[in-house]
Amino acid sequence: MHPLIRLVARRIALGILLLLAASVLIFMGTEVLPGDVASAILGQGATETTLANLREALGLDRPAAVRYFEWLWGALQGDLGTSLTNKRDIAATLAGRMSNTLFLAFWAAVIAVPLAIVLGLVAVRYQGRWPDKLISGATLASISVPEFLLGYIAAFFLAVKFQLLPSVATMHGGMDLGDKLMAIALPVLVLVLTVLGHMMRMTRAAILNVMQSAYIETAELKGLSPFAVIARHALPNAVAPVVNVVMLNLAYLVVGVVVIEVVFVYPGMGQYLVDHVAKRDLPVVQACGLVFAAVYIGLNLLADLISIIANPRLRHPK
Amino acid sequence: MRMPLSAAIGLFLTALYFLAAIFADFIAPYGMAEVVGDVWEPMSAEHWLGTDSIGRDLLTRMIYGGQTTILIATAGTLLSFVTGSILGFTAAVAGGWVDQALSRFVDLMMSIPSLIFALVVLSVMPVSLPIIILVMGFLDATRVFRLSRAVALDITVMDYVEAARLRGEGRGWIIFREILPNALSPLVAEMGLRFIFMVLFISTLSFLGLGVQPPMADWGGIVKENKDGIVWGVPAALVPAVAIATLAISVNLVADWILNRTASLKGGRGA
Repeated sequence: MHPLIRLVARRIALGILLLLAASVLIFMGTEVLPGDVASAILGQGATETTLANLREALGLDRPAAVRYFEWLWGALQGDLGTSLTNKRDIAATLAGRMSNTLFLAFWAAVIAVPLAIVLGLVAVRYQGRWPDKLISGATLASISVPEFLLGYIAAFFLAVKFQLLPSVATMHGGMDLGDKLMAIALPVLVLVLTVLGHMMRMTRAAILNVMQSAYIETAELKGLSPFAVIARHALPNAVAPVVNVVMLNLAYLVVGVVVIEVVFVYPGMGQYLVDHVAKRDLPVVQACGLVFAAVYIGLNLLADLISIIANPRLRHPK
Repeated sequence: MRMPLSAAIGLFLTALYFLAAIFADFIAPYGMAEVVGDVWEPMSAEHWLGTDSIGRDLLTRMIYGGQTTILIATAGTLLSFVTGSILGFTAAVAGGWVDQALSRFVDLMMSIPSLIFALVVLSVMPVSLPIIILVMGFLDATRVFRLSRAVALDITVMDYVEAARLRGEGRGWIIFREILPNALSPLVAEMGLRFIFMVLFISTLSFLGLGVQPPMADWGGIVKENKDGIVWGVPAALVPAVAIATLAISVNLVADWILNRTASLKGGRGA
């Protein structure tokens, strides 16, 4: 077999294994930890009978291992159970929420990725001079403020002081694409700001690493302009690390979305999760945790696969 | 070696925040949960930062909030460093299946985003300070584990460690007397970054309502309490941003300086 295919297959198998292990961890996190689930849900006023009833309703009287496999088997078939608080089917609710979240994350990525790469290139071109310093200073500032505060700062100035954008991202069925984009403009802006810093720093580091190679010196000695050296010689060789950076930051975006959705009251998966953690609605929390972990692991897997495929030494083995 | 200006400023501001946290009871102008005025009063001579959503003095809330936030972040950082570095060093020194088991477990923990994992755990555990510190500390210990294992792996191949082994020293001696002193500077620099991460983490949890519970003040909670004012143009919710950002940048400046100063030594900022 071609060694590349073997590597890719092994990496995919590892990803699946990791996801399985993560599902065990999520299940254990809610089930096996000290602290009784039923009394956590009902709080202090619970009597013995109500506790026993709830345990039975949750199926807590059966062994954890059995319940885990039932849960996993259901999840594999798209059945995530029903919510404890409103008795609705979780998978159906989650599907709508997820498309909203993906809509938000998609636009944030579409803006952030090209911007981060271009700014990273600019920082390398003017390394140690003022554009570089300005960019790294701004990055340091943006990663020193938590996402939710960045959200409120943006809302305070752009939505309230200057009245440019709506401060709350409400979504409903009758909106066309333009209305929707207008509604999510602020959350997208904040998400872009939160990932831009990391992505740019890592892009800069990846390209700087390539810039130290001997062939870059050759290109410089040939008399190529600095931008030509970067664009023609450094960038193609930095594709693998840069793609890796992009994927890792998209994974990071998935987490940032949770907080930003709460700030802008956006009906996505993050808010769904946070609401139901407070209500101690376990099936929902487990389902959301599993989906978030799957997306995160999937993006990391994709990052690894792309850097394997982008490596010419692996593509053309001797 | 002289201290660069940026590091001096960073050190000064960091010290200021810690002192304010320690002596909060003496410098706070009013009581922590004391209602002293109208809702969202603007800045004035009596209330330097104005008042909050139910008429408490915002400066007082910020000082007590800093105390809670810094206390939790410090405790969490210490916990993550003690657990992470001891396990990391053990993995590096012991090698073999111990190393494999610990490293694979850490890989697994890191495959789920910390915030998501913390939310999952907090959905069943009671939300109290010790639990929050434990959850944050153990989740963050995974990163310290990776760094300290990488640094220790570089050190274990040194001649003096080999000499100690041949002398017949035990594993404890090798970890605490040979590796720890040489691994200290990259770890201390990393400690600054982890501390900031903890401040951001606890603020985020409190903002989501799953961290510090009212009436206790903390920086994330202050944002949550005052966020409705934003729509009316009341900037009270933005005050913690200034505190968090200046603290984060100051600690970063100090950490960068420590790292640069010791860059010639072994180790570095691992993954």
